[in-house]
Amino acid sequence: MLKILKIGTSWQNLWQSEEFRSDVRHELWRNIVVPVLAIIFALGVGALILSATGYNVVKAYGALWQGVFGSKVNVGEAFLRSTPLILIGTGIALAFRCGFWNIGAEGQFYAGAAAGTYVALTFANLPPWAGIPIALLVGFFTGAIWGALAGLLKVKFCLNEVVTTIMLNYIAIGLVGYLVTGPMQEAMRENPQTDEIVRSFVIGRIFPTSRVHYGFIIAVVVAIIATIVLFRTPLGYSMRAVGYNPDAAKHAGINVASSMATAAFLSGGTAGLAGAIEVLGVTGRLFENLSPGYGFEGIAVSLLVNNHPLATIVSGLLFGALGAGSQVMQLNAKVPAVLTFIIQGLIIAFIISFRYLDKNPSGK
Amino acid sequence: MTLLNNDQVVPRLEVRNICKSFGSLKANDHISFRVLPGEVHCLLGENGAGKTTVMNIVYGLYRADEGQIFLDGRPIVIRSPHEAIALGIGMVHQHFMLVPTLTVAENIILGTRPLFFSRSSLLTNTWEIEQEVKSIAERYSLKINPSALVSSLSVGEQQRVEIVKALYRGVRLLILDEPTAVLTPQETLELFDTLRILVREGLSVIFISHKLNEIMAIGDRVTILRDGKVVGEKLVCQTNTQELAELMVGREVKLTVEKKPASPGEEVLVVKDLNIEDHGVKTLRGVSFSVRSGEIVGIAGVDGNGQRELALALAGMIKPSAGTIKLCGMDLIGKSPAQIFRAGVCHIPEDRQKMGLVMDFSVAENFVLKKFSSRPFVRHGLLHPKEIFSYASRLTKEFDVRTPSVKKTVDKLSGGNQQKIVLGREIDQKPKLLIAMQPTRGLDVGATEYIHQQLLAQRDRGAAILLISTELEEVMALSDRILVMYEGQIVGETLAERSNVEQIGLWMAGVRA
Amino acid sequence: MELVGSLLQAALRMATPLIYAAIGETYNERAGLLNLGIEGLMLIGALTAYTIAFFYQSILLGVLGAAVVAGLFGLLFAFATVTLKANQVIIGTALNLIGLGMTSYVHRMLFNTLAGSAGNVQVLPTLRVPVLKDIPIIGPALFEQNLLVYLALLLTPIAGFVLYKTSLGLALRAVGEHPKATATAGLSVTRLRYGAMVFAAMMAGIGGAYLPVAHANTFVENMVAGRGFIALAIVVFSRWNPVNVLWASLLFGFTFALQFRLQIVNLRVAYQFLQILPYVVTLLAMVVLRGQTAQPKALAVPYTEQV
Repeated sequence: MLKILKIGTSWQNLWQSEEFRSDVRHELWRNIVVPVLAIIFALGVGALILSATGYNVVKAYGALWQGVFGSKVNVGEAFLRSTPLILIGTGIALAFRCGFWNIGAEGQFYAGAAAGTYVALTFANLPPWAGIPIALLVGFFTGAIWGALAGLLKVKFCLNEVVTTIMLNYIAIGLVGYLVTGPMQEAMRENPQTDEIVRSFVIGRIFPTSRVHYGFIIAVVVAIIATIVLFRTPLGYSMRAVGYNPDAAKHAGINVASSMATAAFLSGGTAGLAGAIEVLGVTGRLFENLSPGYGFEGIAVSLLVNNHPLATIVSGLLFGALGAGSQVMQLNAKVPAVLTFIIQGLIIAFIISFRYLDKNPSGK
Repeated sequence: MTLLNNDQVVPRLEVRNICKSFGSLKANDHISFRVLPGEVHCLLGENGAGKTTVMNIVYGLYRADEGQIFLDGRPIVIRSPHEAIALGIGMVHQHFMLVPTLTVAENIILGTRPLFFSRSSLLTNTWEIEQEVKSIAERYSLKINPSALVSSLSVGEQQRVEIVKALYRGVRLLILDEPTAVLTPQETLELFDTLRILVREGLSVIFISHKLNEIMAIGDRVTILRDGKVVGEKLVCQTNTQELAELMVGREVKLTVEKKPASPGEEVLVVKDLNIEDHGVKTLRGVSFSVRSGEIVGIAGVDGNGQRELALALAGMIKPSAGTIKLCGMDLIGKSPAQIFRAGVCHIPEDRQKMGLVMDFSVAENFVLKKFSSRPFVRHGLLHPKEIFSYASRLTKEFDVRTPSVKKTVDKLSGGNQQKIVLGREIDQKPKLLIAMQPTRGLDVGATEYIHQQLLAQRDRGAAILLISTELEEVMALSDRILVMYEGQIVGETLAERSNVEQIGLWMAGVRA
Repeated sequence: MELVGSLLQAALRMATPLIYAAIGETYNERAGLLNLGIEGLMLIGALTAYTIAFFYQSILLGVLGAAVVAGLFGLLFAFATVTLKANQVIIGTALNLIGLGMTSYVHRMLFNTLAGSAGNVQVLPTLRVPVLKDIPIIGPALFEQNLLVYLALLLTPIAGFVLYKTSLGLALRAVGEHPKATATAGLSVTRLRYGAMVFAAMMAGIGGAYLPVAHANTFVENMVAGRGFIALAIVVFSRWNPVNVLWASLLFGFTFALQFRLQIVNLRVAYQFLQILPYVVTLLAMVVLRGQTAQPKALAVPYTEQV
């Protein structure tokens, strides 16, 4: 009892200190108010667009809501779609925290998907307990190498990663185009795609009624690990120091180049893992337009939560729900699903602009 | 005081009751003074006294919270540098405002021509423009090459370009912010000659400085600022350095720091024939010296004579092209900054905010910036927040860092408290060698004193200390031995007790003993 | 011979949208702004031009409309990045998402189609210069083109002249390199950057407009197909010099033209490699030219007045 009282009074003392209250206000503003406001504003603009184009806003958003929560299957679809977004968002968070502007998740995703497919097709007789982890690991490392390439170009040659990762996106997508029409094309040689992977490589579903598979669990675990790495390991500490102030990091004896290259490597790795999981868990084969823009959506996922890897689980689910729900909205209310691109873009724009209104900007 | 209120002459500039606050800091508190035509008016004050702030207000970079400005007797409002220029006000900033990738002429005409729809927007007649620039420069006997790229110019040349830039815009009031900080004594004399020509032509010059003898040499009148307030106005011919110094710091100047005589021991740092080349420019040429344990060796010199490169080379940040650096007999060249730190070399870098601290990190995270990856702060590969916090709390107390919590990010702390974090982090290592570069730059008197005391305490503990500072007073007050650097070489050495300012000044100007 | 001539002709045609977008972005980056959202702006330009051309049968009006609408989006970008000092990489990414979503959405609404094309518009006529068009090899490329191609050819030297020989160009070069010096010289960093951004957006809009009215005769979702990102690469590749933009754009245009030829003769593998060739070349060029980068110092760095 006494102890509780003590804690109570110390809380009271804490709460009375202006410093503490301003800290709390600041954190609340930055991590809760800004994202929520941004989502509300973006949905608001979306409503304006809907009504301007002759839709009943209530009906359209109702269909979106139904699309997410209408049935167990729908909820499952949201989780399914969020899986690559959480993984890519986590990687983007690591890279952005280190000051590495990785715009190349799309290419890294394809690199991982191609490598994962290759393993699944080539070593088709491996048992699931060995085959799936190997395929996923190879996917991770291929994506990681694709990301680290841009990282090395930055630290060795001082090339702007924004431009190089964009170039590497197109190169990866082009190479996948080559693979699925050339060496890896299906045996029938009809469509630009690979053969379907064997059953033993398919990642199992969590519930029999929904398409959501164990890849979602992997994504959540990766987000948790990334959070621990970023905030609780020396590596993460170096990465954050480099992201905030590379000069001071260098003076303190931190190896700036290797921190940055590692961030690029890990960031590419999670995107590559997402690609491999997408093939093994959802599509079953590799083809040219495997990603509906996950690489760019992942940037939004990370930004929405101020590049906090753990919170990408929440924002990834949100964006996954938007994406899955919009498909249902298109079917039931005949609203084009592309509306979600607009809403996602607006969410990013509003978040970034609202941060300007932050009364305690973080020194930047 | 009647002499000062020369009512017959309309002042070129009069500022009346200017106030300006940044957050809780009152940078200018009812500042008033007048500048007459044809005079060099000095603004004297310590770092942070508010000199630059009031001038940025006059130049339209900041807006005053209160107060009025009069130009030639008329009240004016200056909202931007553009308006200031149109009114005939020019400013040479401490950090030159020149675009390095453009030529001298391009920099000078930048912003003077209409951007659209005018014949003069065309810059096809490069030769004519360059001649025009040249003729203006020559009228005031300033030597510049209009077609040279600014990036290829020396500091002194760049300053001349800045002055010509102002003259080209028809300046009647020229503000110079700490113009000599980056100049050699020779260049300073040339600048003074130029200023004399300018005032003879009827211009008014505001000369911002904290160097007393320069004010005595060039000023007609001096307004002294302290803590954002005007504390005095004097005719230079009726005052002396002692009086000005007292007004500036607001107490008897204590030029000497109280310290025990040093008892130097073994040689800790031995530098032999060190050379550094940067893009073909030799920044360090055959530097040799040693620092023994229990002594402070001060390196004096005008900014930009190789001190920066020397400090960076010692800390392992840049690689010398030749020579040796030995710490207690161990070769340091080729070692990484982290290895050098572990070998016992600590470094207080010249710019705490850019090089010393991660401003977005908390006090605690900054305290472990150099050792977060070793025990006890890491266990089983994971950071150990409890250890980090308790370590940071201890240092916060020990070094009197005023912060509400060790979790506060350091960008919320004052400059003095930030520097205490850097100092504490380095000193707690019990370094064999401590390199302190400009350790008190921008700090108030109290913090400066504290830092000085800590350096002396380290010396008395037996550390070898290399103090690099462009503040000659600081070097002379703290050091046991003084070296002077000029153009990448050590040109003079003296024991502190036998040193005299004139001799060191000559060395700093490149006059060999 | 004739083959080379027609290939060059096609190359220049393919290069034209890139030239517009890259010239605009060169000015933008010279002023210190990095616009990752060119792709989105080009899409907006493409749909605007197509819509106006479709309903009002005026190609010229369509192109102008594209410039105006894209310019308005540029204004928004400038507000976010210059006034609100938001991160330019991020706002550019958002602009791409919004551009893609908005154009696809509006296209489906207006033309009541799902994804496919709603119908053709008139195509910009080819203006043939008599006699000169018969010069071997370069004749068709230079003298048998539509108006927008001719204008693009004129645009590069004009853009070069303005940048290097006028006070406006001087101000732009200064503000991307050292904004504070530019401000103290009496110029407004904000106005210069707003101006550069709006100009860049209008150019991207025209570049996008070129696709439906002079290239494809119709609008297809996501029809810009990465040209906006290629324009970014061209700016780096031409080292921020508008005159070089012409050559760099031609290189990309040439590989595009070659791709189409190879696709027709069904050489799929070579086609895929040709597709990635320009990106590989750009990367290699960046590596080779790395020491002598002309990248503006203040690129993508927001300017705050009180430092």
